[in-house]
Amino acid sequence: MAQQHRTPIESGAPDGFQYMHPVMRKNFGQWKYHEHPRPGVLLHVAHGGDKIWTVKAGTQRILDVFTLRKLCDIGDKYGDGYVRFTIRSNIEYMVEDEAKVEPLINALEGEGFVVGGTKNSVAMISHTQGWLHCDIPGTDASGVVKAMMDELIDDFRGNNMPNRVHITTSCCQINCGGQGDIAINVQHTKPPKINHDLVGNVCERPSVVARCPVAAIRPALVNGKPSLEVDEKKCICCGACYPPCPPMQINDPEHSKLSIWVGGNHSNARSKPTFQKLVAAGIPNNPPRWPEATAIVKRILKAYQSDARDWERINDWIERIGWPRFFEMTNLPFTKFHIDNWRGARRSLNASTHIRF
Amino acid sequence: MAIKKHDTPMLDQLESGPWPSFISGIKRLRDEHPDERINKVTNDLLGQLEHSYETRKGYWKGGTVSVYGYGGGIIPRFSEVGKQFPESKEFHTLRVQPPAGNMYTTDILRQLGDSWEKWGSGLVTFHGQTGNIMFIGTDTPGTQHFFDEINDYGFDLGGAGPCVRTAMCCVGAARCEQSCCNEQAIMRSLVNNFTDDVHRPALPYKFKFKVSGCPNDCQNAIERADFAVIGTWRDEMKVDQEEVKAFVEKKGRKYVIDNVISRCPTNCMSLNDDDTLEVDNRNCVRCMHCLNVMVKALSPGDDKGVTVLIGGKRTLKIGDLMGTVVVPFMKMDSEEDYERIVEIAEETIDFFAENALEHERTGEMIERIGLVNFLEGIGLEVDPNMVAEPRRSSYVRMDTWEEEAEKWFKRKAEAAAG
Ligand code: SF4
Ligand code: SF4
Ligand code: SF4
Ligand code: SF4
Repeated sequence: MAQQHRTPIESGAPDGFQYMHPVMRKNFGQWKYHEHPRPGVLLHVAHGGDKIWTVKAGTQRILDVFTLRKLCDIGDKYGDGYVRFTIRSNIEYMVEDEAKVEPLINALEGEGFVVGGTKNSVAMISHTQGWLHCDIPGTDASGVVKAMMDELIDDFRGNNMPNRVHITTSCCQINCGGQGDIAINVQHTKPPKINHDLVGNVCERPSVVARCPVAAIRPALVNGKPSLEVDEKKCICCGACYPPCPPMQINDPEHSKLSIWVGGNHSNARSKPTFQKLVAAGIPNNPPRWPEATAIVKRILKAYQSDARDWERINDWIERIGWPRFFEMTNLPFTKFHIDNWRGARRSLNASTHIRF
Repeated sequence: MAIKKHDTPMLDQLESGPWPSFISGIKRLRDEHPDERINKVTNDLLGQLEHSYETRKGYWKGGTVSVYGYGGGIIPRFSEVGKQFPESKEFHTLRVQPPAGNMYTTDILRQLGDSWEKWGSGLVTFHGQTGNIMFIGTDTPGTQHFFDEINDYGFDLGGAGPCVRTAMCCVGAARCEQSCCNEQAIMRSLVNNFTDDVHRPALPYKFKFKVSGCPNDCQNAIERADFAVIGTWRDEMKVDQEEVKAFVEKKGRKYVIDNVISRCPTNCMSLNDDDTLEVDNRNCVRCMHCLNVMVKALSPGDDKGVTVLIGGKRTLKIGDLMGTVVVPFMKMDSEEDYERIVEIAEETIDFFAENALEHERTGEMIERIGLVNFLEGIGLEVDPNMVAEPRRSSYVRMDTWEEEAEKWFKRKAEAAAG
């Protein structure tokens, strides 16, 4: 007998108002200004005088139900029972009464969560799924982030940076992690190894051919079977062929490396939004703690912290001091790979005598 | 019955250090959860993850799993090493659309947690990079049971595959003084108009909506959304001169000159001799910098609305693209305004569905066919706010110049007539 199926209710995105703190509901669109009483805490004041305090905390992001309940317990006991999550997966507790702020912070810190991430801090690193769940990852973004946040925790807790620093990680060149002031991304360095026995059965060959950004893939007969071949001179090792055709194995334990990019900024403040640029590559993909990548990130942060002016994001800072000085200050090598040759690359060349000495 | 735990020497090294450890969390599910099913699933998950750490490779492959009536919303994961780790051999993720603004009560979080523990692994992330609640890890029957349960109390699946994806908006008007629009209402009007396109993937590729209440763009909409809506204003910004004076007094003139006046990208601010501020509002590009620095003294004006940009995306396939302005300003007050923005989105998605190549995002399609063809396709008029600068190349055929110039003057006259 056919099983009885329940018809889905296509309700889409739920209304946020039903879960919103009453003070926020009451003052919706009526906020006047905010203050930053201490790292990790924001105070918003409405035109009518109402106030709401927000306490922000970092977590392990991949939450088990025990941790989720612990966060809820803290919200019930020390907060008002209303929370939200930020785009970088921090949890925010909103409270009406200033007296609740201190005990709430203590409860969160007492349970091992980290209060901070506001204003000119190093914000929580936004990351992707990695080996825990994605089907194409070259690394485990969650592990990279845990290891790195262990070392950057004081910069998350404090407000020691010239402006906020958004770090992102991605475990393939699709870059789900997105743009960041600093981005740590997988960069493959060898063409895919093709398992010809499987291609014919698994892959829709024309769509794999179409996926390649440099037209390096051709249909071919290998050992009498339909397969694909890659022009290895053309191949830029981007891995775009791997999701539609898993037998085109791009991930390599040794040759899939990490690269670091800087200066991505989503905000329109001061300059228009910017994309990140390559600064370092060839960094070993070294689980479980990826110390080489963390060391370079810390070096970049140190140079930024010592040299940038108040309110300068990393892109603003480099715009002012110039790239040669950036490479000098961070002691990173400048190589032929830093010179872009992708479409539109000429706009990235210096067509002037503007040179700092 | 006690389970045989996998050794995880590499993962164990992610339990040290002060930042909260996801590995410790997964181990608690393995060791302390009362449900033996969860103990076993998380044990094998840890086993497979350790195997990945040792070999530096991933072992999940995709497949097809969906709930009854939908074609998307689940990320299917089947293990390639399922023989060694059988309990987690099916480990699918459900993408669930969060409440607008990512607002929750602890009650609703507990309810979601209870449902998930009944049917899944007990692992969840708020939120994935697209903006979904990610319920990580269940088998095929589990996806249906869990969905049925949470769908009954108001939650719905998000998008996965070539479809309209889950949308995001910033906290905005709910708690931010910079907000220039009702982000939650705009986001829900847009994405909830396309539930069919969310649940039944049939587009050339993904399509994302993101809404930020002001040009600070906390949602990264310009960089990441096919359809970015950004709050802004077109009258004069509000200046509270008493607060300006107080700020100058507190921070000093040098600080104000170095951090506000000289940082304005269009040089439109000047500090008067009496420590009040003069703003050339005609040249202010609403970048938000001075408002961010002097939160008490400066605020957006009253004539608020939004700018719409289309075509932002990340690397694949032609390289990163920012969204491009297609609507420099529109009001978002009346029901008609909301209908109009939904209409623009419908036109855009229809055009995208018909004209994009397989696996091409809107930005790439526009790059291939040119912005003008896209604008004509969706019925929007050209505007100088859409370009950073006019054309440099003379290689273009312009024999309909008079007609086009006439259109411009006609539009200007109509606008002047109101
Ligand atoms: S960045 Fe790549 S590997 Fe990582 S989650 Fe996204 S698609 Fe998967
Ligand atoms: S790795 Fe990239 S460049 Fe190389 S064949 Fe695959 S898609 Fe083409
Ligand atoms: S985008 Fe603007 S309105 Fe929205 S939260 Fe950020 S600063 Fe506030
Ligand atoms: S918002 Fe930006 S452009 Fe406008 S006055 Fe302030 S700093 Fe200048």
